[in-house]
Amino acid sequence: MTPAEGPTEDRWLDDEAGPIVRPYVMTRGRTEPTRGKFDLISLVVATRPTAALEVGLGPEHLTILRLCEEFLSVAEIAARMDLPAGTIRVLLGDLLDRDFIEVSEPHPETDMDDDCFYQAVIDGLRSL
Amino acid sequence: MDFGRSDRSAARKKAPSAIKILIAGGFGAGKTTMVGAVSETAPLRTEETLTDRSVGVDDISGVEAKHTTTVAMDFGRITIKDQYVLYLFGTPGQERFWFVWDELALGALGAVVLADTRKLADCFPSVDFFERRGTPFVVAVNCFDGARIYALDEVRLALGLDSSVPVVLCDARKRNSGKEVLINLVQHAMRTRGKRPRPEGVPAS
Repeated sequence: MTPAEGPTEDRWLDDEAGPIVRPYVMTRGRTEPTRGKFDLISLVVATRPTAALEVGLGPEHLTILRLCEEFLSVAEIAARMDLPAGTIRVLLGDLLDRDFIEVSEPHPETDMDDDCFYQAVIDGLRSL
Repeated sequence: MDFGRSDRSAARKKAPSAIKILIAGGFGAGKTTMVGAVSETAPLRTEETLTDRSVGVDDISGVEAKHTTTVAMDFGRITIKDQYVLYLFGTPGQERFWFVWDELALGALGAVVLADTRKLADCFPSVDFFERRGTPFVVAVNCFDGARIYALDEVRLALGLDSSVPVVLCDARKRNSGKEVLINLVQHAMRTRGKRPRPEGVPAS
């Protein structure tokens, strides 16, 4: 099976096909990112101001870069763009490939042994 | 120039630490309500495709048959002094999605199990799951209007909870109440993890 690269036929462009097909068109049929794991709470930030016309970047890539002027989690990017997290991961992989973004991974559970960390979170919650 | 570039990124603002907390419980127990009450913004929703790796593995050698399920999760965030960002994820309520929780629970600081005393059994799967996995959790009894008030010890007994697991009352609609539950959870997680030699050393019981 070769993924269809050409323009989609008209009969697929109805309302019913839209929500299902659209994410896969954006990722050109890919379901896995080329790089990176991207946890739902991995924080993403753009490395430079968005260039309006970058070759090879789609409108969704540019939207992500605009959203990520400040650190934003994968889950929030997905929610704000109303796309499945899996689709966002593929797009983020493209951006990471080209150094448009930096990704800060969450701490693994084993790193949660530090009492200072817990105390800081408790104090923070109290002061809200 | 390579070092020029790394200079620039060193000058960048440091990333806050992202922390994940799960809000579990039966359908209608108030998960999304609590997420919304304590978060900075209205709950957001994301769709995640999760892989079922533990079911139906008997005889599929050579077959690339991984079951995938798409679940919708409501979540919210709490920013603490630009240093920490707490993400609260409401776990999907349907019991048939129990297997997806493992992916969600990975790296979580802990979990809140919301209990509704009118249908206490609904939170059994959550309690079982976090006990087995060794994820620190607290049980928060959501005080629904009109529901009989039970003593917390009765709830503990009914759920067969270890004496170390905190059981607290809450009102999932109230921000301060939700905050107290989260503080209880973090305190409990601190105690639990302090006692544990290392995560993989948790007895399977």
